[in-house]
Amino acid sequence: MQLTGAEIVIRCLQEEKVEYVFGYPGGSVLYIYDELFKQDKFKHVLVRHEQAAVHAADAYSRSSNKIGVCMVTSGPGVTNAVTGIATAHMDSVPLVIISGQVPTAYIGQDAFQECDTVGITRPCVKHNFLVKDVRDLAITLKKAFYIAKTGRPGPVLVDIPKDITNQKCEFEYPKTIAMRSYNPVVKGHSGQIKKAVQMLLEARRPMIYAGGGVVLSDAAERLVKLARTLGYPVTNTLMGLGGYPATDKQWLGMLGMHGTYEANMAMQNCDVLIAVGARFDDRVIGNPTHFAEVSRKIIHIDIDPSSISKRVKVDVPIVGNLPDVLDELQKLLEASAGVPDPKALAAWWKQIDEWRAKKSLKYKQGKEIIMPQYVVEKLYEVTGGEAFITSDVGQHQMWAAQYYKFDKPRRWINSGGLGTMGVGLPYAMGVRFANPKATVACVTGEASIQMNIQELSTAKQFRLPIKIINLNNRYLGMVRQWQQMFHGNRYAESYVDALPDFVKLAESYGHVGMKIERPADVEPALREAFTKHKNDLVFMDFLTDQTANVYPMVAAGKGLSEMILAEEL
Amino acid sequence: MRHIISILIENEAGALSRVSGLFSARAFNIESLTVAPTEDASLSRMTIVSTGSDDVIEQITKQLNKLIDVVKVVDLSEAAHIERELMLVKVRAAGKDREEMKRIADIFRGRIIDVTDSTYVIELTGNGSKLDAFLEAIDRSLILETVRTGVSGIGRGDRILKV
Repeated sequence: MQLTGAEIVIRCLQEEKVEYVFGYPGGSVLYIYDELFKQDKFKHVLVRHEQAAVHAADAYSRSSNKIGVCMVTSGPGVTNAVTGIATAHMDSVPLVIISGQVPTAYIGQDAFQECDTVGITRPCVKHNFLVKDVRDLAITLKKAFYIAKTGRPGPVLVDIPKDITNQKCEFEYPKTIAMRSYNPVVKGHSGQIKKAVQMLLEARRPMIYAGGGVVLSDAAERLVKLARTLGYPVTNTLMGLGGYPATDKQWLGMLGMHGTYEANMAMQNCDVLIAVGARFDDRVIGNPTHFAEVSRKIIHIDIDPSSISKRVKVDVPIVGNLPDVLDELQKLLEASAGVPDPKALAAWWKQIDEWRAKKSLKYKQGKEIIMPQYVVEKLYEVTGGEAFITSDVGQHQMWAAQYYKFDKPRRWINSGGLGTMGVGLPYAMGVRFANPKATVACVTGEASIQMNIQELSTAKQFRLPIKIINLNNRYLGMVRQWQQMFHGNRYAESYVDALPDFVKLAESYGHVGMKIERPADVEPALREAFTKHKNDLVFMDFLTDQTANVYPMVAAGKGLSEMILAEEL
Repeated sequence: MRHIISILIENEAGALSRVSGLFSARAFNIESLTVAPTEDASLSRMTIVSTGSDDVIEQITKQLNKLIDVVKVVDLSEAAHIERELMLVKVRAAGKDREEMKRIADIFRGRIIDVTDSTYVIELTGNGSKLDAFLEAIDRSLILETVRTGVSGIGRGDRILKV
C-alpha cells in the first residue's frame, strides 16, 4: 500500500505501540500533525516549550521503561529540544525524537527555520539520522527505536525534511532489524564472572556500589538477591536510588559529593568493590588520585565498555547486560562451596556501624524557620514512601535524594548527569502519563521551577494532579552554598529577587496554591494537599531557611573521605 | 605513544564528522586522518594517527567502537604493519638547482610528475619520517608548496581488517 511519509511516521509509531507523543507543531511537521489528527491509537501531549516535551518523554521513559517519543519542528523547535536531549543522553534514557526539517531542496540555503539538526545534536544523542528518501523512512524509524533501547540506552533523533513527509512509497514495517555495525553485548564473559565470584568470596571489607544502570536495566531484584546472599553493604549513586531498598539494613545511603559518611568511608576503605551499572564519575568518587591511594580490587559490570577503566583502573571488567550478568554471578555464587569469612565481615560491619553512629544527615528543626530537610522527611511520611518524586537541580535535589527513602526503582526521577534546572515539572508530567494513578511530587526550588513554569498550563490541560514542593529559600541555594564555602561569602548573583507570588501564579493557571511559613504547618499542609486536593495540582510554596547547606559535602577535587560534616562547622 | 588506528565505517553522510567530532569533544589528539571508500562502496576506511597514553588510546578505541556507524576498529600499531603517506612538493628548479633537485628526488625514489622552466612537482611516498627527511635534504628556500595526505596503514601478513 502506498503511503505518504507523514502516514508512514504515524504507522511506525503505532507499530511500536507508542502511547504518547510529547511535542509541539510547526511548519515543517505539519503533514505529520495532519495525519496525527486523523488517528486515535496514540495521544499527543502539547507542551508549552519544546524543552519540556523532551523532559516529559524522558521521565515517561524513566518511570516506565518504555521508550519516550517526542516531536518538534525544524530550527528553534530543535534547538529548544537540545537541552532535553542532552539531559536524556547523559543519563542514558531511551528516546526517539522526530524533528521536522526544511524541504530537501532548501537544506543548506539558510531557509526559514532551518538549522543543521544532525550537526547540532550529534554530540548529545546516541545516534541520529537525516532521512533523504521516503523509502528509507520506515527502516530508519525501526532502527531508531532499536538503537534507543538496546545496549546502553540513549536518545535517537530522526530528522525528516518536509517534502519527504508528503511523498509516497510502499509501506512495510520491518519486523526485525540487523545492523553489521551495531551488535550490543548481552552475556558477560563467563571466565571474568568466575573471577569476580572468587574475588567477592575472598573479600574482607566488601562493598557493593550500584548505579543508574541497575534501574535502567530493571536489575534491582537481582541486585537485592545478590546482596542478601553475600550479606555485603550496598550504596547507591544519585542515579541508582531505588535500585536497592533504602529501608534495608544493608543499605548505607547514597555516596558521593553529598553522600552519607558511612557510604563514603566504606567506599574509600573497602578491599573489594563491585561496581554495578555505575561509572565512577567525579561527583561520586571525588578526586580519582585520592580514591586510588587506597588499594582495593575492583569488579566493574557495565554494558558500555567505554565506561570501564575510564576514570578508575579496574581488575575484573565485565561487559554485559546487567540482569544477564547478575543471573550468572548469582548462579555461580550459589554453586560455589566458599563463603565469605564471617569474622572479617562482622568486623567490617562493626566498623560501618561506627561510621553510621556519626549520623551525618542529622539537622535541627526549630520552631520558627522551616528546614528544607524537614519538608522532605514529612513528604516521605505523608506519602508513605510510595510517591514518584521528581526533582530539579540544586540543594533541594540533594535533600530529596538524602531524605526521601526510595525502596523501589524508577520512583526517583532527576537529572543526574547534565544537572538540568527546569526538569522537575515536565518530569512530573511525564511520570504521571506513564503511571496514571500514581502519586507524583516534584521537589523543586524557586529558581528551578521558574525555568519551565509555563508547563503549569500543560498540567492544567491534562488535569495532572502533581504536587509541587517548592523549597523556597530566595537563593540559588547550591550556588550560594559554594560561594559561602569557596568564594569568601561573596554571593554573586545568587539572590533571587522579585519572585512571583507562587500561590496567585498557581491559581491563575487554575491550580491550588499554598504558602507554608511555619514548621508546625508543614505536615498539616502536606496532608491537606495529598488528601483534600488529591486530584488537583497543588503548588506548595515552603519558605525555608535561607542559610541551610547540604551536608555531608566532599568539595570538588577532594577525596571521598575528606568530607565536611554539618557538626564540624 | 603514537598509534595508528584503522576504522571501517558505514559510508554514510556525516560519518567523518561523527569521528572527528568524537575526537574534539573528548579532547583526543589527531595527528592525521585519512578517509576513502573501500572496494565495498558501502564502507569507508579511515586511518587516524593519534598520540596518547595507553589509557587514552584504550578510550579512543572504545569510544570509536561505540559509534553506531563504526563496523570495526583496529590499532594497527599493536603489531607488524606498514604505513605510507603520499606527499607532493612543488619546488623551484632553475639553474644549478634543477639538476640537484632531480638527483635528491632520485635518491628518495621520488618521481617528478610536473615540469616547467623553473619548477618541479615531486611525488614521494613513504612513512612520515622519510618525507620529513626529504624536506630536510633539500634547500628549504626552494620549497614553494607541500601537500601531504596523512598516513594510510595496513597490517602485515595475515592481519586483515575486513567485514
